[in-house]
Amino acid sequence: MVPVSALARNLLTSIVTVLAVIVFNFTLIHLAPGDPVTVMVGEMGGGDPELITRLQQQYGLDRPFAEQLFTYVLSVLTGDLGFSFYYNMPVLDLILQRLPATLLLVVSALCLAIVIGTALGVVAAQRPRGILSHLITVISIAGFSAPVFWVGIVLIIGLASALPIFPTSGMRDVTNIGAGIWGDTVDVAYHLVLPAFTLATVYLAQYSRLARSSMLEVLSADYVRTARAKGLPERLVVYKHALRNAVLPVVTIAGLQFGQVVAGAVLVETVFAWPGLGRLAYESILRRDSPTMLGILLFSAVIVIVANIVTDMVYRMIDPRIGARA
Amino acid sequence: MFSRNGSAVAGLVILLIILFTALAGPALYGVDPFAIVSGPLLPPGDPDAPLGTDGIGRDILAGMLVGAKASLIVGATAAALTMVIGISVGAIAGFYGGRIGQALMRVTEFFQVLPALLLAMTIITLFSPTLTTVAVAIGIVSWTSVARLTRAEFLRIRNLEYVQAARAMGARNRRIIWLVILPAALPPLIVTATLTVGIAILFESGLSFLGLSDPNVMSWGVIIGQNRDYMLSAWWAVTIPGIAIFATVLSVSLIGDGLNEAFNPKLRER
Repeated sequence: MVPVSALARNLLTSIVTVLAVIVFNFTLIHLAPGDPVTVMVGEMGGGDPELITRLQQQYGLDRPFAEQLFTYVLSVLTGDLGFSFYYNMPVLDLILQRLPATLLLVVSALCLAIVIGTALGVVAAQRPRGILSHLITVISIAGFSAPVFWVGIVLIIGLASALPIFPTSGMRDVTNIGAGIWGDTVDVAYHLVLPAFTLATVYLAQYSRLARSSMLEVLSADYVRTARAKGLPERLVVYKHALRNAVLPVVTIAGLQFGQVVAGAVLVETVFAWPGLGRLAYESILRRDSPTMLGILLFSAVIVIVANIVTDMVYRMIDPRIGARA
Repeated sequence: MFSRNGSAVAGLVILLIILFTALAGPALYGVDPFAIVSGPLLPPGDPDAPLGTDGIGRDILAGMLVGAKASLIVGATAAALTMVIGISVGAIAGFYGGRIGQALMRVTEFFQVLPALLLAMTIITLFSPTLTTVAVAIGIVSWTSVARLTRAEFLRIRNLEYVQAARAMGARNRRIIWLVILPAALPPLIVTATLTVGIAILFESGLSFLGLSDPNVMSWGVIIGQNRDYMLSAWWAVTIPGIAIFATVLSVSLIGDGLNEAFNPKLRER
């Protein structure tokens, strides 16, 4: 059961937060020296003051800041994130066009990391002082310490020369157009292997450590001792009694990390030329395409908020103690 | 107890070697990292360039030695900023509680919602891409977890008897916060500070890999970013700086792990 009052309270706070995010981002971009029109005209090679003035009027940049902010907030609230100068299309369409690629990448990486990481953690927890446990600890610290973009580069270099099976760039093969749904799925899956694996190494370290420590805590709990005392087989104790409780923190972290999906994908998408939101964010920042920057910053924040609410609700459903306490 | 932890001591040794190299290296090997010394993409082992050259013929070893400074200084400064902001916000929120505490926690939650890397990238591009901007940007986007931890520690400690004793003796709030409660909250904060240094170094390397750093300063991430296009023809130019980043962060993480165990003897029994 999801308690309605908790959901309502969450939603109310979220609306306030979203408004604050819109105002914060907009103010930040306007605090910066130079405006997008000057940058854009400068890049086109022309510095005609008349053109700059006309474009500034067209985009409303000559208005007072408060008025610009108000107009922006109003248009965002009606679902209009503005128009990208650079890509020449509405920002919302641009974001929605790039979203599936990023979701595919991050969800695959997270699933990979959660499954492998939890499994490693559970194995390590059963013999906490054994060699295997130490090895897993070292591997997870190493995974945490490696720069993710470098892991990707090393994989590309290593595999390109030794084992050129998986494509190292893009999401689809250009020669594969018209291959049908099945052919396309296989193609995308092939392209997905390396980026997803790279991104998973970062998450993997955290999940194995988390699963190990939470499993250790649960295994020393009274009810586990009771289960053992009843003479239940060890496998049943570990996998049925302990694991179910030990995955609670894993759920929380997974939810929080899913929220950081866009920011987390920037580096990996750049290395593997993956056509997702992270790369769009990077490109729009380099080009100072402010409507797109603002749109992505807002969109990312909204994903975080939604992910937090969903995590909170899932947590309440799995762990009834929280609802009882509140 | 720390000294008995083999991997933590190993981490400390690696870190000292890296620090020594960063300090003494440029003086011992006086090649300008920006100068074109030889042909491009020369593999390691060349008498002119022991670690090879990059895509335009600059010495990788020189870049590594000089670049260490920027990577380490920006990482350490950003981590220090993260800790200062986080501890201040967390301490005030935890100590005073009530409306002030609520308001500060709202601000913390607000910053947690913002996408850290994207916000840092935006700040650096909009304002000038200098090392200071990079360090400040990293600090601004990373302090929230430190604030939450500090607040939790303060909430736990503020009602302990020795704090009440200090209050009864007439100590002022400011004194109680910084000299009475904070020292007791230090152990977990020191562990976090160590890990924060590692995260900040990774953060800096990612930003300079993307080209969002001072173009006139060499750093490990910059070398990787500038040689990305040659990764298949010059593995050394992108792999070697990455090993340095990896070794630095690994050593810091091992030290943090060792400190954590030293502060929590219970963990060792597991």
